[in-house]
Amino acid sequence: MQFKKNVDGRLVPTEVNGQKQIPFKGVDKFKSSGKIASPPIRSCADYPADGNKKVKSLKDALKKAGLKDGMTISTHHHLRNGDQLTNILFDTIHSLGVKNIRWFPSASFPCHSHLIKYLKDGTIHHIEGSMNGPLGKFTSEGNMKGIGVLRSHGGRYQSIQDGEVHIDIAVIAAPTADQFGNANGVNGKSACGGLGFALADSEFADKVIVVTDNLVPFPCVPWQIQGNNVDYVVQVDSLGDTSKIVSGTTEMTKSPDRLLIAEYIAQFMNEAGIVKEGFSYQAGAGGTNLAVILYLKEIMKAKGIKARFIRGGSTKYLVELLEEGLTDYILDGQTFDLDGVRSMRDNPNHVMTTPFTSYNYHGKGNFASMVDAAILGATEVDINFNANVVSHSDGYLLHGIGGWQNCLYSKCTIIAVPSFRDRIPVILDEVTTLCGPGKLIDVIVTERGIAINPKRKDLLNAVKNSSLPIRSIKEIQKEVYEICGGAPQKPNVNKKKVVAIVKWVDGTVLDSVYQVVT
Amino acid sequence: MKTDNKKGWAGKRGNNVRSDCFVEIELTKGKGIKFSVQSKVNSMYGQDINDMIIIMCDFFEIKHAEILVEDNGALPFTLAARFEAAYKKIRPDDSREFLPSMNKNNFYLTQKDRMRRSRLYLPGNEPKFYPNAGLHYPDGIILDLEDSVTPSEKDSARYLVRNALCSVDFYNAERMVRINQLPMGLNDLKFVVPHNVHVILIPKCESAITVKDVEEEINIIKAMNNISAEIYLMPIIESALGVVKSYEIASASDKVCALAVGLEDYTADLGVERTNEGKESFYARSAVVNSAKAAGVQAIDTVFSDVDDVEGLRASIIEAKALGFEGKGCIHPRQIKVVHEAFAPSGKEIEKAKKIVLAFNEAEKNGLGVVALGSKMIDAPVVKRAQHTINLAILNGLLTKNWEKE
Repeated sequence: MQFKKNVDGRLVPTEVNGQKQIPFKGVDKFKSSGKIASPPIRSCADYPADGNKKVKSLKDALKKAGLKDGMTISTHHHLRNGDQLTNILFDTIHSLGVKNIRWFPSASFPCHSHLIKYLKDGTIHHIEGSMNGPLGKFTSEGNMKGIGVLRSHGGRYQSIQDGEVHIDIAVIAAPTADQFGNANGVNGKSACGGLGFALADSEFADKVIVVTDNLVPFPCVPWQIQGNNVDYVVQVDSLGDTSKIVSGTTEMTKSPDRLLIAEYIAQFMNEAGIVKEGFSYQAGAGGTNLAVILYLKEIMKAKGIKARFIRGGSTKYLVELLEEGLTDYILDGQTFDLDGVRSMRDNPNHVMTTPFTSYNYHGKGNFASMVDAAILGATEVDINFNANVVSHSDGYLLHGIGGWQNCLYSKCTIIAVPSFRDRIPVILDEVTTLCGPGKLIDVIVTERGIAINPKRKDLLNAVKNSSLPIRSIKEIQKEVYEICGGAPQKPNVNKKKVVAIVKWVDGTVLDSVYQVVT
Repeated sequence: MKTDNKKGWAGKRGNNVRSDCFVEIELTKGKGIKFSVQSKVNSMYGQDINDMIIIMCDFFEIKHAEILVEDNGALPFTLAARFEAAYKKIRPDDSREFLPSMNKNNFYLTQKDRMRRSRLYLPGNEPKFYPNAGLHYPDGIILDLEDSVTPSEKDSARYLVRNALCSVDFYNAERMVRINQLPMGLNDLKFVVPHNVHVILIPKCESAITVKDVEEEINIIKAMNNISAEIYLMPIIESALGVVKSYEIASASDKVCALAVGLEDYTADLGVERTNEGKESFYARSAVVNSAKAAGVQAIDTVFSDVDDVEGLRASIIEAKALGFEGKGCIHPRQIKVVHEAFAPSGKEIEKAKKIVLAFNEAEKNGLGVVALGSKMIDAPVVKRAQHTINLAILNGLLTKNWEKE
């Protein structure tokens, strides 16, 4: 394997799974050229005139779609940890004796540990998407045949447009669909909210299969996925475990330290002048993030102002803001609880977004860079404000990127992290895996203080008389190293064996993930 | 004492353990030191953990032993405390102590009349709560060796609390320890007195003699260790008899800085339910306030035990303040802010206090012995209370330190 150093000094392979790779050149430095990839031309004359595309089983649909060795199959994570369809899909592929599939999920969850046996027996060659939990461990220990490719949600869209990933068959889990293939996620027992992550697949894949456990007569509205892009419709009894698709309720953190971080963030946003009439921000569904919503709500009420829009990750806390008139709109990429699903279904101001609308690198503009502030998590950060979201300090790959990289483009990107976890310092000299360049990260908020990126003189100036604990990142790091007993050792990894690469939003390679030596 | 005890252990094990470890030491014959470490942070601090075990074996001259460490991210002060506690189960008479070096930020002192609005209880044997406790800025933190520690963990907790006093930064909170009831509590003192403890809380105090016994033991340990810093006492009144004796207790020593009331035990002693209205404890609370004030010390109220009930907490503090209490126990960091807000003076109180202090300063500047505000004479206690109000206002960010100039 040949390596090249990218602009941030990270060694990255020049070829991965037989595909040439371009090392990261810097934020917004690389722009691909040529034409956007496109699917083959089809004609409606080839489809049933009565619109009935129903076939009797998933197996039947896969056969009709021409499933064969080495194909790229895509799935989506709308069903989250309740997804059983993807597992059934690979059971079926396995039963057909098909091998070397490139699995292209928008994200994976612990429920997908079922697929480890197919990674072992060669049914799946490698994963391009995210490798969470058990799949991450499997990959990190060097057990996957091919090399994993980690992309952001926006990067996934870009990779399809750039032709890096050509999807042979897209399998879309649809909580509600009609026989024509129109589908949505807001109705049905498996309702999950929006189906935005499947948009690119429905438009660009050669063949598109919609699988539903709630088949309704035409028309299925809203049609988040348009049947005009769909080849086959399969009806099944169940898509998965509804209790794990969305939570009944999302719960705010009770940890006093995380609440303190949330309070600092809300106060910082206010004192930095971000919280004002018509502002916008990116919310999330993590416990700390939910607490930020509540603290911001108090501030907004006290000041008598409202937001113009809030980007979700929607939850009941966000829905309450909408319903209490504290924001005009929720622009929602992913719905986390039943209140979110209900609101998206019933409230026209709760709008589904897709990676294309939210943060597509090949779009004519970027919503993400129009957002006033984004609050994101990380596994690690470093003294140069770089951040890691995919691996831990022991070198193990355990999380996906999600929309995280894309959201870094906001006007004020805030990373919320504890300064250490047990005995694991979170602010390092250098992150284990680079996922977010420090250039885009403005503020790191810990329970021990708030560090502002020195390049953001405007923010430093805005809070210079604040009572908030504004500190340098090195000062916080030093304190935590003293608590933990010095700087930690580097993870024990085999630098000759890359198990996965991390892509930047433009398709270049930001960093390599190495095999962990056990 | 058993001398044939070859095996000792301390700490916590299991999947739910965080920031703690389990250490087991078995002395062997002639096989050298063998140890096995399973650590959640092995890839980051594995070497450090191994080094510490070797250093501690050297220190206690352990030559032959099998040592097992199951670590779930214990910080060094915890690992050392667990090791020492395990070892001392085998050699309880070994008086050597393996002390972490004193954190450079931990040398600050306290004052008898400092503000004690909030005091946060930390269970003595739960190290995970220690490092961040001070970040919530309580006026005091209490490392508790008494009710929050089960009898089997009392020994381990002493080493942990001792090490925490040395190495954990509590960010200028007053450093308090609640010892066990006497006589056991007297044995706790040598673990904490040499390590800049500021206040000793004496639980279930029922007589002046108890206070004097604690004071005497502290003085002996201070003399042995050449310590000159003051260590104050806060007796806790938690029984019917304690209430009756509260003045005697509050005035037993000039080291008593405050008198606290504990209502869980008190209501049990009366044989009644503890209610939210608190009619059953009204007498006890008032009596404690009265005794404290009669002895010239602070009166501190009991804890509010429903962490989720913020409004209930606020109401209970407003009531406590009206009765004459100046502080409240906290069992969760999120209560601290509410306590501080509720003890904060109102705008009207601040304005009045400002006028009094300004008039006093003016009179002093002019060499006048008598202070008058309008037609009213102001005497010393009024000025003192006004200054206290001003201090509270500054602490709560309601006034700046330079308010007189503004």
